[in-house]
Amino acid sequence: MTEEKTHHPEPSYLVNTGKYKGLMSWLTSTDHKRIGLMYMYAMMVFFIVGVLLGEIMRLELFRPGQQFYGPQMYNGLFTLHGIIMIFTVVIPGLAAVFGNFSMPIMIGAKDVAFPRLNLFSFYLYIIGAGIALTSQFMGNGPPDTGWTFYAPYSIQTHTNVVAAVFGAFVLGFSSILTGLNFIVTMHRMRAPGMTFFKMPLFPWSLYATAWIQVLATPIVGITLLMVIAERWLRIGFFDPSLGGDPVLYQHLFWIYSHPAVYIMILPAMGVITEIIPTFAQRKVFGYRAIAVSSLAIALVGYFVWAHHMYTSGMSPTARWIFSLLTFLVAVPSAIKVFNWVTTMYRGSIDMKPPFLFALGFIFLFMIGGMTGLTLGALATNIHVHDTAYVVAHFHYIVFGGVGFAFFAAIHYWYPKMYGRMYNFKRANWAFGFLFIGFNLLYFPQFIIGIMGMPRRYFDYLPQFTLGMQLSFFGGILLLIGIILMITNLFSKKGAIAPANPWGGRTYEWTVPSPPPVENFEVMPVMGEDEEPYDYK
Amino acid sequence: MEAETVHITPYRTYAWVLITLLAFTFLTITVTWINLSALTVLVALAIATIKAGIVLTYFMHLKFESSLFRIFVVGVLAIYVLVIIFTMSDYLFR
Repeated sequence: MTEEKTHHPEPSYLVNTGKYKGLMSWLTSTDHKRIGLMYMYAMMVFFIVGVLLGEIMRLELFRPGQQFYGPQMYNGLFTLHGIIMIFTVVIPGLAAVFGNFSMPIMIGAKDVAFPRLNLFSFYLYIIGAGIALTSQFMGNGPPDTGWTFYAPYSIQTHTNVVAAVFGAFVLGFSSILTGLNFIVTMHRMRAPGMTFFKMPLFPWSLYATAWIQVLATPIVGITLLMVIAERWLRIGFFDPSLGGDPVLYQHLFWIYSHPAVYIMILPAMGVITEIIPTFAQRKVFGYRAIAVSSLAIALVGYFVWAHHMYTSGMSPTARWIFSLLTFLVAVPSAIKVFNWVTTMYRGSIDMKPPFLFALGFIFLFMIGGMTGLTLGALATNIHVHDTAYVVAHFHYIVFGGVGFAFFAAIHYWYPKMYGRMYNFKRANWAFGFLFIGFNLLYFPQFIIGIMGMPRRYFDYLPQFTLGMQLSFFGGILLLIGIILMITNLFSKKGAIAPANPWGGRTYEWTVPSPPPVENFEVMPVMGEDEEPYDYK
Repeated sequence: MEAETVHITPYRTYAWVLITLLAFTFLTITVTWINLSALTVLVALAIATIKAGIVLTYFMHLKFESSLFRIFVVGVLAIYVLVIIFTMSDYLFR
């Protein structure tokens, strides 16, 4: 799998060869690599908007009392921040960008199974995001429910919930179709000789993710339609005043939205599993255990949803069942972490930026994971439920985990995407700002959370001031890190990248950088004694 | 990948499936006239499940596809059943 081809007669996928030029050539392209990049550009815009909204919230929280705006605007801001970050950035996240760009090449395919459907998924993503964002500027003001749209408040509030909910519904379809496309691609289009247990582990993680996308997303889709039906037709699903059950909403919402956390984190784990063997030049430790643990996380992760609802009036029986299941899902996650660390053991570590970000991921994800157990345990949950502790925990998972894995992935596959290198020194500086800024921003939230600071409050008692101000300065450092990283990657062209700059062994490193339109000049065949990570 | 086989279902089979589905639809309507109290929803769901099974088997070709597809369907149904069971661990024990 290591044969390099530096000369290729076919033009790269970045060169326009079709009917259209410029922007239209991208918007009409069914090439999985171009679609992956389009997702990435769109997500970067949404991400920057989401970060700026977060900074505006931190600014208000710099001192106790009202500083710049009132509580209603604060409610609107955290709702918008949540909707943008969850539905348009981290849920499509790594699967839409790097799954599209890398997965077909990694399994030895020319494209995904349904290229037109893939482009349609991207359009749905843009349309859904557009509806969700315009909901902020239409009707009776921006939604103030939080991204969870909890009933009965989402039924009763006069703000523009219906449009935001419908936007999330359309985004869900994009996710389902991408998942379906990936499942079929991995079943039908693997290179001859590449059995499932010879498939690289990033595609394995995408396979597990895709099943969650296909099976869980329809549930939130129908739930969101039920909210619209209840608001418009007054059908009593969730509002007690109409005869409904608000806890039912929470069940239905979290049956999707907890597995959605695994939609976000599984591809992130897959990326880390690619980066570590490459930069340690070591065969991945426990290949099968990592592959099967992806499926185990997807499966067990489907049945832990109600740990978000311990204080909602659920039965005590359900509480201990879901607490037990929550502790079980930590096992396959830990298997991955132990395997990553063991892969590094006695490896020839090359501390390049992708590896640095991968290490950052492991550190932050571990903090996020361990604090998740505090929340999964019944007794401690009661104390920290709906406090800043939860805010810190999920940001350690979603930003420290998914975000840092995204940054690792972009630094890893950037040379393949653009055929150019980037400045390593600046990338390392960006990592430093991001890592320190991130911890300074979110770690104090654990402490003030345990001290009793509730989440989603625009005001607070004086004893939380220091924690809030440390978080503010952390946010500034984080912003500097993001600006450094983006300017380093996208402001000017670096040196020309070889086909395999990192010494990787999977198929994407055997094709030129950037790859030709149909990826391979000669379709690869995997020999019987070949493996995806045959370093030593 | 595995070898492909194309199965052509005769029109007569589809006609029978259609008639059966219509008969079950008629049955669904008919049972609403009978007072089954708590069993009303259960009976309606049972009939709907049988209809869905027929659609999956014949119209969606599950009967003629490889066992992989059957594993998928059974796996998905198993997940669905578990979701219901775990949800009921709340509602039945409140």
